[in-house]
Amino acid sequence: MHTLTEPTVASAAERADVGIHARFRRTFAGFSLDVDLNLPGRGVTALFGHSGSGKTTCLRCVAGLERAAEARLEVNGELWQDSASGVFVPPHRRALGYVFQEASLFPHLNVRRNLEYGLRRVDRATRRVEWDRVLELLGIGHLLERMPERLSGGERQRVGIARALLTSPRLLLMDEPLAALDLKRKNEILPYLERLHDELDIPILYVSHAPDEVARLADHVVLLDQGRLVAQGGLQETLARLDLPTAFGEDAGVVVEALVAGHDEAYHLTRLVFPGGEVLVARRPEALGQRLRFRVHARDVSLALARAEGTSITNLLPATVQALAAADTPAHVLVRLDADGTPLLARITRRSADQLGIAAGQRLWAQIKAVALLG
Amino acid sequence: MVPLDSVDLAAIWLTLKLATLTTVLLLLIGTPIGWWLARTRSKWKGPIGAVVALPLVLPPTVLGFYLLVAMGPHGFIGQLTQSLGLGTLPFTFAGLVVASVFYSLPFVVQPLQNAFEAIGERPLEVAATLRAGPVDTFFTVVLPLAKPGFVTAAILGFAHTVGEFGVVLMIGGNIPEKTRVVSVQIYDHVEAMEYAQAHWLAGGMLAFSFVVLLVLYTSRLKQGWRG
Repeated sequence: MHTLTEPTVASAAERADVGIHARFRRTFAGFSLDVDLNLPGRGVTALFGHSGSGKTTCLRCVAGLERAAEARLEVNGELWQDSASGVFVPPHRRALGYVFQEASLFPHLNVRRNLEYGLRRVDRATRRVEWDRVLELLGIGHLLERMPERLSGGERQRVGIARALLTSPRLLLMDEPLAALDLKRKNEILPYLERLHDELDIPILYVSHAPDEVARLADHVVLLDQGRLVAQGGLQETLARLDLPTAFGEDAGVVVEALVAGHDEAYHLTRLVFPGGEVLVARRPEALGQRLRFRVHARDVSLALARAEGTSITNLLPATVQALAAADTPAHVLVRLDADGTPLLARITRRSADQLGIAAGQRLWAQIKAVALLG
Repeated sequence: MVPLDSVDLAAIWLTLKLATLTTVLLLLIGTPIGWWLARTRSKWKGPIGAVVALPLVLPPTVLGFYLLVAMGPHGFIGQLTQSLGLGTLPFTFAGLVVASVFYSLPFVVQPLQNAFEAIGERPLEVAATLRAGPVDTFFTVVLPLAKPGFVTAAILGFAHTVGEFGVVLMIGGNIPEKTRVVSVQIYDHVEAMEYAQAHWLAGGMLAFSFVVLLVLYTSRLKQGWRG
């Protein structure tokens, strides 16, 4: 289970040590960035927002490729930048890996020498990531002697990720690594990214504007809008917040992490359990006990006062209404529910909400029309 | 039978020596200038770029005249060389080299600047995130990627120096084995009505220039225009 890593009651010293503390202020032509971030020192943190929200600029500031006039940046106890005392560690002295949107492999070097470029510049003593392991993790062992121009977009991006990993970074920065790829290539790379997340203990800052990628990969979300921080927190919690729907619009919804609890071979279904309930989905290849994330869009959840009989909807969960809020259109409202441990969002018409008399504290049934499995 | 005598051969040898030395110096001087022009956001980029390009449009006599004055006993270059105990540069081979460096500067700086600009910001940023410092990046990323630009710059710088005439005459005069290059020698032959020798030298220059440009343009077509 991914725990929520909101800073809690840890002592000040402890808080300063772990994680990434970043404050950047800078005015660019027609755009200003002003953020104060407290991010966990592990797992995947998504910097999420529309284009122009400042997420890439933020990432570049962390890397030192962009220099914010007023800044303080501390990564797991190491001070990388402090404008007050004039500290600025240049990018090549920061123990980070950076994956650009286009893989940006050196065109004059073959894959092997691209991979070695960073590796050779890292002290033997500080190397923690093994060559063979990275090749295996990203499935690029057979490409070593090829020149970058002879790789597909997906292969190039995998080499780019491997090259960054081989510097044994203490922080991996990824700037929309999938944005330049078509859907097929994206689906080819996503499993590799999930493996990174599961198998390497390197915190990742992942810039994306695609809700599905964020839902699939992230543990922690930072929501940016026009250079300002809108929200930061654990994935499930942040996605289920009612005050943020404009950021997600039609895509509002929650992510649920579940375990595969059983397969119904006769009907070709798989049973997924999570705190507070279970759902049935079309048969999955995963083995019993395996973890799986799925997304429930608010638009796919309808509400009923009593357990509906004679319906084709299989997935019904008892839930308590926590709050209501405006949705992306005046015709709809968003209802935040607590399905006995798992937050849910429902997007229903304002008319239905009034007719059913939906109010906080009410017990009712959430009918889930569709779940989108991630992975 | 080739009617060239030892004076002609000396002129050819001197020309090649001058062009080679000038090209080497220009690559050393032109690289930082081209790099600065390609990367800077300074307000001086325009003025410096314009100064570098001046020899493209100035009559060689104008350039030669100012260099002559500057390198003369009362000019600032002349004062400097005298204080270093080198005497004055006009009418010496060294003076010719200095003048050629100025004269051919844009032919080396501009292809280098174009090549550096074509590389863009990204490979440098990638190298930085892979722990390469600026100098390291320059030698391991910039130089290899700008190689076609260096080849073009060297060829143009060499060929243009071989082809100079006006500046040589202003600075170098016409001293055999010191400052008498092929272009000046052709002029002398024509003056003396020695058309056979003039033909051989002029034809040689023509063939040389054509081959140089042919190599340049066909290699550009093959690898695309990379400066």
